[in-house]
Amino acid sequence: MNLNQIMTDLSYFIPEMMLTGILLLVILFDLFQKADTSIRSGYVALGGLILVTIALLGQDVSTSVGIFSNMLAVDPFGNFLKILVTVGTILVMWMSFNSNELKNRRVGEYYTLLLTLVLGMYFLVSATHLLSIYISLEMVSIMSYLLSGYLKEQMRSNEASIKYVVFGAFSSGILLYGFSLLYGLTGSADIFEIQAALSAGTVSPALMMIILVMILVGFGYKIAAVPFHFWTPDVYEGAPAPITAFLSVAPKAAGFAIIIRFFNVALSSAGNPNMEAWAALSNMDWQAVMGILAILSMTVGNVIALQQSNIKRMLAYSSIAHAGYMLLGVVVADQTGIAAVLYYAAVYMLMNLGAFFVAIHIKNEFDTEEIEDYKALGYKAPVLGVIMAIFMFSLTGLPPTGGFVAKFYIFRALIEYGDMYFWLAMIGLINGVVSLYYYMRVVKAMYFGKIELPDTVHHAPVNITILLSVLAIPLLFAWMLGDPLSTFAQNAVQFFIK
Amino acid sequence: MDHLSSYLVLSAILFSLGLYTVVTRRNAVAILMGVELILNAANINFVAFSKFVTHNLDGHLMSVFIIMLAAAEAAVALAIVLNLYNDRGHINVDEANALKQ
Repeated sequence: MNLNQIMTDLSYFIPEMMLTGILLLVILFDLFQKADTSIRSGYVALGGLILVTIALLGQDVSTSVGIFSNMLAVDPFGNFLKILVTVGTILVMWMSFNSNELKNRRVGEYYTLLLTLVLGMYFLVSATHLLSIYISLEMVSIMSYLLSGYLKEQMRSNEASIKYVVFGAFSSGILLYGFSLLYGLTGSADIFEIQAALSAGTVSPALMMIILVMILVGFGYKIAAVPFHFWTPDVYEGAPAPITAFLSVAPKAAGFAIIIRFFNVALSSAGNPNMEAWAALSNMDWQAVMGILAILSMTVGNVIALQQSNIKRMLAYSSIAHAGYMLLGVVVADQTGIAAVLYYAAVYMLMNLGAFFVAIHIKNEFDTEEIEDYKALGYKAPVLGVIMAIFMFSLTGLPPTGGFVAKFYIFRALIEYGDMYFWLAMIGLINGVVSLYYYMRVVKAMYFGKIELPDTVHHAPVNITILLSVLAIPLLFAWMLGDPLSTFAQNAVQFFIK
Repeated sequence: MDHLSSYLVLSAILFSLGLYTVVTRRNAVAILMGVELILNAANINFVAFSKFVTHNLDGHLMSVFIIMLAAAEAAVALAIVLNLYNDRGHINVDEANALKQ
């Protein structure tokens, strides 16, 4: 690797370099703010992220390349997820400006940490080396610990953050031990060479099984799949609400990205990824393991969500269930399956952020997070009520919302993949029915039951109404076939392969 | 100590002790020490495999980065533990149960 090579590689690295520059700029800018509680550095961060999004959209990824000695890959798959997490972060920042929890405190470092987390996710979605996977995973995790404990004088926030850090450090340690064994058995830390060594068939399947279980602990914790989900409800309830919304969407998408890339590139058969994923693991039924994780996540998430009365906690368990639906697409792991997961991640981002944002606004205005207190909200705040109902319908997966289309793609991929997988789709469908109950409880509280009509009608501020409409309107039109998002997702299923 | 297997046994013992510590201790700092043991077990593996199997510096490189990241993680984790202590006057993780189960 010579200097010229590095210069060429850097030309593929422009969005990341821009983001790093903006990050430093925000730190400097914050130093020169007179008022301690000024949120102007947040506006700088927001503007910077919009520029980075434009750079990402304009980036030419038609030829996938590996950069920095195959540490990172620049390919359509990574590009799609980078855009996804950046858009998610922009929306979360928008809501952070309106959050009461973050008012009157120094927020300069809040936005700095958030941007660092985004940078970590950029590396995570394009990592192709055990070292870069581990470093980027830690970068995302450490920033998440800090952000979830951001309200440090609040007992709940501290508790969320200590639970997060204990579970996180433990599972990343296990992941690392798995990586070290994988490195020893295959003789390389580069996932392309690992793939070559695995398809040569010299590695003992039993050892490989143990290693993959260890690796799955680390990855499963990042996407909050059962049985690695114990931190989720407490962290989601205790963290500042905008961060909860963020954690349930962006790092989860990045976690899915690394799972898909790792299993699809490192463990596929030689030179033929996407077609015969899992081929290097022919001696064991790895797909069944993923399928069981998916079933457990969906069922446990949905059943426990039924009993929750706090809306943030209910959404936390429902996010576990949604990780299960997305894992169904990972089980398929072919072109349609991965496109379905990407589409699901994008739609899930819109509807879940939306639901959290309504909850944040209601907490700001009415000071409650209990679902019971949403009573008559549909009459007290008509616009908010309708928008919340759209998010709830979409999270359930009722037609004609985006949530329905996303679930449809996942189930279609499963059924097309083989008759054996029909029962997995059926379990997913039954889980959808279970989730109907708790999502509709919110709608019921808002519109039905004994209701005294309020005297005054609450109107949300214009910028919040715009933000929520930006999230809700695409969900209503997702059923149109060939919508741009699904085309985008289908084109994004291309990995860099050495 | 010039066989790969002796290093692997050592790291396996460290890993198990780390796991045991994390599972049994209630003190947050003790749990973090257990995590450090697990990370160092992985470090020993990387360096040993690098010396005996791959004969290049990849594994050494990995372990240098891991040491650095472990320090970063410990700094953040201890800051959070300190916050918990300021809040409650103890650092037992199983008594941190203000959030409902």
